[in-house]
Amino acid sequence: MIATVETLEAMERPPVTMSSRLEGELLEVSMGPQHPSTHGVFRMNVALEGEVVRKLKPVFGYLHRNHEQIGEHTTYLGSMPYTDRLDYFCSMTNNWAYALSVEKLSGIEVPERAEYLRVILAELTRLQNHASLLGFLLSDMGAWGTPLMYAFREREKILDLFESLAGSRMMCDYMRFGGCRVDADDNWLAGTRKIADRFPKFLDEFDELILGNEIVMARTQNVGKLSADLAISAGITGPMLRACGVNYDVRKADGYGFYPRFKFRIPLGEHGDTYDRLMMRALEMRESVQILKQALAQIQPGPIVNPKVKIRAFRPPIGEAYGRIEAPKGELGFYLISDGGPNPYRYRVRPPSFINLTILEDMCLGHTVADVMVILGSVDIVMGEVDR
Amino acid sequence: MEALEQIKSRIEAAVPGVKIEIVANGSPSQQHSLKIDNEHARDVAKFLRDDPVLRLDFCSNVTGVDWLDRTVKKTVKVKKLVDGEEKEVAETTEEKISGYLEAVYHLYSMTHKHGPVIIRMRTADRAEKACLPSLTPIWRSAEFQEREIFDLYGIRFDGHPDLRRILMWDEFEDHPMRKDYVQPDDFEWEPTPHDAVLARAKQHYAPRPQMDGAENIAAPQ
Repeated sequence: MIATVETLEAMERPPVTMSSRLEGELLEVSMGPQHPSTHGVFRMNVALEGEVVRKLKPVFGYLHRNHEQIGEHTTYLGSMPYTDRLDYFCSMTNNWAYALSVEKLSGIEVPERAEYLRVILAELTRLQNHASLLGFLLSDMGAWGTPLMYAFREREKILDLFESLAGSRMMCDYMRFGGCRVDADDNWLAGTRKIADRFPKFLDEFDELILGNEIVMARTQNVGKLSADLAISAGITGPMLRACGVNYDVRKADGYGFYPRFKFRIPLGEHGDTYDRLMMRALEMRESVQILKQALAQIQPGPIVNPKVKIRAFRPPIGEAYGRIEAPKGELGFYLISDGGPNPYRYRVRPPSFINLTILEDMCLGHTVADVMVILGSVDIVMGEVDR
Repeated sequence: MEALEQIKSRIEAAVPGVKIEIVANGSPSQQHSLKIDNEHARDVAKFLRDDPVLRLDFCSNVTGVDWLDRTVKKTVKVKKLVDGEEKEVAETTEEKISGYLEAVYHLYSMTHKHGPVIIRMRTADRAEKACLPSLTPIWRSAEFQEREIFDLYGIRFDGHPDLRRILMWDEFEDHPMRKDYVQPDDFEWEPTPHDAVLARAKQHYAPRPQMDGAENIAAPQ
């Protein structure tokens, strides 16, 4: 039966009593897993008082496929394409972290040109990850379409470079133990140089469009504040940590690859709020462009793979190793235990976005539901990596 | 950063009664680790975090490892008198190690930018006594990672604020990262009464003829 206006008016309503008011009562809401702003299948059980968040428990595992056990049942090289699927935005850095750990485990040296190629590809990955993250974050805030399309326009150019080099746009499977899979020719390097030269222009445009925008400031400043002490204790890494003013970047702290050869600065925030986290990405992209330009100027022809590495029947010595790099989302580590066999005894991924979610509740308490999506967007998660 | 032997002796001086062992790592990575006893684990962790020289304030990676029962064969060359002559003879000794679960923590310092110092704790066995003290009160970053170990390996962490499954669903019963884990033939088994399927369905469900009479349905001849 369709309720008409008359029947609705004629309906008897229960009398309003004091106990039926919402004040002081918590309403439990399940946000997600099918929600456009949760960046995949991620759920938050939220207890609300009116619109204010009083409790928040993240729920995940919807994409869990036990990546680590699959890694233990596969050869060392067989896991390489599978690491692409962890953080599917940044397959190049995933490859590098895994290759670095295996190289530590078995003491493999990497030729000079391969190290330069790795730096170039990692910084390109950082550019496209940060650009699209800013686009997504703005989209979460309600700026539908335009900023995301601007960011994706630039991301497409970088993905075209990946495709022409590795044969795939997102699932690159490019690094190998002791080097890289294919060499970059001069045309490719020229194309990369062109993108590095033009990227600051896009950043200027993007800054003007977004970072000075009044609505963006109102939505993000003083929202989701995180103190430096809590960030360190909770193992937060990447732009989220540096937004709190902690100067820690694995590229500087460990100096892996050829990073000590390049001059670049580490942008630091002051307040640790969502706006600072947004700024960190914008500023880091400018530094990445600087690293790219230096690496492209220094790269020399040479071999790209260590000829001593046996690709087939690869068996590292008995022992263990933990290798880590600064991935765009934070510190990405791989922990491997070898029992001398063809596949690892233990294969563990230290996913940055999984650990960065630890303090999601602390950041959201006291803010409104609408802010939760903005705060979650600024954490920069990818469920392929969180759930593994 | 100071050598591992020095860290070990300083911990022993600061935490009385602690038992620490250096676990050597034979790979080129040279990342040796400290095995600490479970009773004093939290004191040791607190010392490592607060000591002004070490300041290991950043617990990067926490993970579990499963070790099954195994026998380690060692071959040692011993000088022996054989027929009045001294000869080198290889002697093989077998050592049986019963299985245990292990939790490994990789610690770094954000203040001094050094690391890693690796500490590990071992459970007494792989079943009832699979318990370890939680280090979440020392490093908050262990919160989700210890939950993950509890979920996938079944180590119970005493003193963890919120020990629940994290990646698998709550009703799941086994621990899928264990080395002796066997997958069920189908995670979402829903029997339908047909030939071979009916036979398999009978293995999975207790008969309940009073409810649906499924037991009386015969396979078509």
